[in-house]
Amino acid sequence: MPPVPKSDKPAKGEKKARAKAGEQTERAGKAPAAREATASFADVTSSDATLRRFLHGLPGVDTVGLEARAAALGTRSIKTTAKAYAIDLAISMIDLTTLEGADTAGKVRALGAKAVNPDPTDRTTPKTAAVCVYPDMVATAKEAVAGSGVKVASVATAFPAGRAALGVKLADTKDAVAAGADEIDMVIDRGAFLAGHYMKVYEEIRAVKEACGDARLKVIFETGELSTYDNIRRASWIGMIAGADFIKTSTGKVGVNATPANTLLMLEAVRDFRAQTGVQVGVKPAGGIRSTKDAIKFLVLVNETAGPDWLDNHWFRFGASSLLNDLLMQRQKLATGRYSGPDYVTVD
Amino acid sequence: MTNLFEYAPAPESRAVVDIAPSYGLFIDGEFTEAADGKVFKTVSPSTEEVLSEVARAGAEDVDRAVKAARKAFEKWSALPGAERGKYLFRIARIIQERSRELAVLETLDNGKPIKETRDADLPLVAAHFFYYAGWADKLDHAGYGPDPKPLGVAGQVIPWNFPLLMLAWKIAPALATGNTVVLKPAETTPLSALFFADICRQAGLPKGVVNILPGYGDAGAAVTAHPDVNKVAFTGSTAVGKEIARTLAGTDKKLTLELGGKGANIVFDDAPIDQAVEGIVGGIFFNQGQVCCAGSRLLVQESIHDELLDSLKRRLSTLRLGDPLDKNTDIGAINSEEQLSRITALVETGEAEGAERWSPECELPSTGYWFAPTLFTNVTQAHTVARDEIFGPVLSVLTFRTPDEAVAKANNTPYGLSAGIWTEKGSRILAVANKLRAGVVWSNTFNKFDPTSPFGGYKESGFGREGGRHGLEAYLDV
Repeated sequence: MPPVPKSDKPAKGEKKARAKAGEQTERAGKAPAAREATASFADVTSSDATLRRFLHGLPGVDTVGLEARAAALGTRSIKTTAKAYAIDLAISMIDLTTLEGADTAGKVRALGAKAVNPDPTDRTTPKTAAVCVYPDMVATAKEAVAGSGVKVASVATAFPAGRAALGVKLADTKDAVAAGADEIDMVIDRGAFLAGHYMKVYEEIRAVKEACGDARLKVIFETGELSTYDNIRRASWIGMIAGADFIKTSTGKVGVNATPANTLLMLEAVRDFRAQTGVQVGVKPAGGIRSTKDAIKFLVLVNETAGPDWLDNHWFRFGASSLLNDLLMQRQKLATGRYSGPDYVTVD
Repeated sequence: MTNLFEYAPAPESRAVVDIAPSYGLFIDGEFTEAADGKVFKTVSPSTEEVLSEVARAGAEDVDRAVKAARKAFEKWSALPGAERGKYLFRIARIIQERSRELAVLETLDNGKPIKETRDADLPLVAAHFFYYAGWADKLDHAGYGPDPKPLGVAGQVIPWNFPLLMLAWKIAPALATGNTVVLKPAETTPLSALFFADICRQAGLPKGVVNILPGYGDAGAAVTAHPDVNKVAFTGSTAVGKEIARTLAGTDKKLTLELGGKGANIVFDDAPIDQAVEGIVGGIFFNQGQVCCAGSRLLVQESIHDELLDSLKRRLSTLRLGDPLDKNTDIGAINSEEQLSRITALVETGEAEGAERWSPECELPSTGYWFAPTLFTNVTQAHTVARDEIFGPVLSVLTFRTPDEAVAKANNTPYGLSAGIWTEKGSRILAVANKLRAGVVWSNTFNKFDPTSPFGGYKESGFGREGGRHGLEAYLDV
């Protein structure tokens, strides 16, 4: 139990070291463990019927209770040293994203430069975790962040709708990996999920995971389209037993994206999955997180649900773009005592 | 591992409340000293700091207050309901305007976390006054016949666990129906009632309609026994409630009692586990378990016992105990040294009787009255901790195998105030709720309060209902 908040705050250097350690260290032995976990669910994934029985046997989610818990954690008051720590941590967890039809090489290079060096006025600012682009921009992004340690993530599998044949999705994935993507953000087949074809969803994730090779796989559920919390819990388990390295809320392309409640629910899922299998899976809320205040609320959810083991950009990410500038302005405010303004951070 | 994301202290400012070094009794619209000049000190349970010195009411003061209330009754009861409603609406609005000040005050005097006074106590207090303000001009339609009459002077004695909320539960319906009031707050938490006296003046409430008499049990006894009191409302321990019932036997006073409880929180194997864990925690650790309707007995289906207990223990280890004024504090101080020793003694009995005690790792502050959140497992119906009301942050865990057994065990208590049912199966909720002998049954939630909902007990938990339309009856001559 954290009793009375203690005053012995982490030294600044210590924080930096941790944020750095969080940056992309490869966890030895992670991949085989995940494979073992997938294998241990072989009974469950032997047919549509067994998978359905398993998923529908998971404890239900009470909507009112879940949302009340998320709201209650949202009232935590994170100030001074804790806020400074949270802001740096949040910056280091961002997958800085551009996913527009209008993306150009210039735009992606600008994004890459910002990921590597988010605040030109303060070189002590942590780098973001990754940049996230469409597959055809991976090579450009890779070049832009070369040597910095910032990863390149690519959406794939006919993002955002996922409405394409499996062969197309796998080709899309392989293409991104071949271009140098370190991470793949795939979308599940929501149509199949809602129609109850859980095996189809599962097998597709496994196939994409295979196609990823060494790239880490984030599985996007598009929680806004799954619509019920029970569905989100079931989708989380399908993703985890199929070998996802991350489970991710949404594409950012629909009406409802990441919310505190759906992220809390997914954090419970990864916590329970590790308790059962020993395998740790990351969580990535994406879309709609724009302010420092919101980001800190999500970090509180992580801290008090999955636990401090997830407070690291290997295990938790924010899919966001405009969030970064707000974090930078708040960071400047903590350093100088006054708000700067949008002209003191870079526009991309 | 050490957690680097350690929340920095985030204390609510004490400067928003100005506590005077001394307070008098509030009689006939004026603050006055006690007839015998006696005073007592009220301390902050989290620091043992003396907050103020308060006049201590005796029998003579009670008589003076009842006379003032009697005198005020004639005009107050003759006011049109709509006019009384205006005063109540005004009081409700002032409470909202001063809610931050009152929340800090309540946290200082009671020891409960600011999170609770800010987000639960104060909003409910205001809501209660708003709700009964709305009834004041609609009593003809309350279901008690045309033009129901008030009783006269209401003598009200309230506990220390929700000082201002219990005041609201008592005063709002009494005033809405046209009664006048003599209220005695608990000796450990007199301050918010005295601030309420100031709010009555601010609202321009006629003199004598509300009288506040801080004091001890003797003052409470004098209020309930006074021959010119027409209605007695008491919230507190079952022992004192029985004493009051004996005193009132043979008189024509109307009586409502809201007493102890040993609420059963029943968790079936198909419950939404994560939310059930939250409900269990809220059910017993809200206000440090010092809640008459606390879910102090956890009845869990044997097939999920281990899984649920693991989740519950993990959750308990995230509770933050400490400075009640810190906005991140989940568990505050126990209200008094006396209450702390009562809890300690019952917990020692539990251990001596062989129940297994568990608490999360938890550092208690060195001053003030504190008790770590505590679980007892391997508890049976025969254990003291499963039968006696502990009124502290102590949960007794029992198991059951079938729904019938759950109902039988839940009802196997002299109390009957609250119960909870956790299952995703709607039909089971309805079937079990119908069989539970408890005044309030929550399903898939716990400790949810609303002024529109009647609240009260079965058996030794008392009689009469407070809140809702039903709450009007206790203050009407019907």
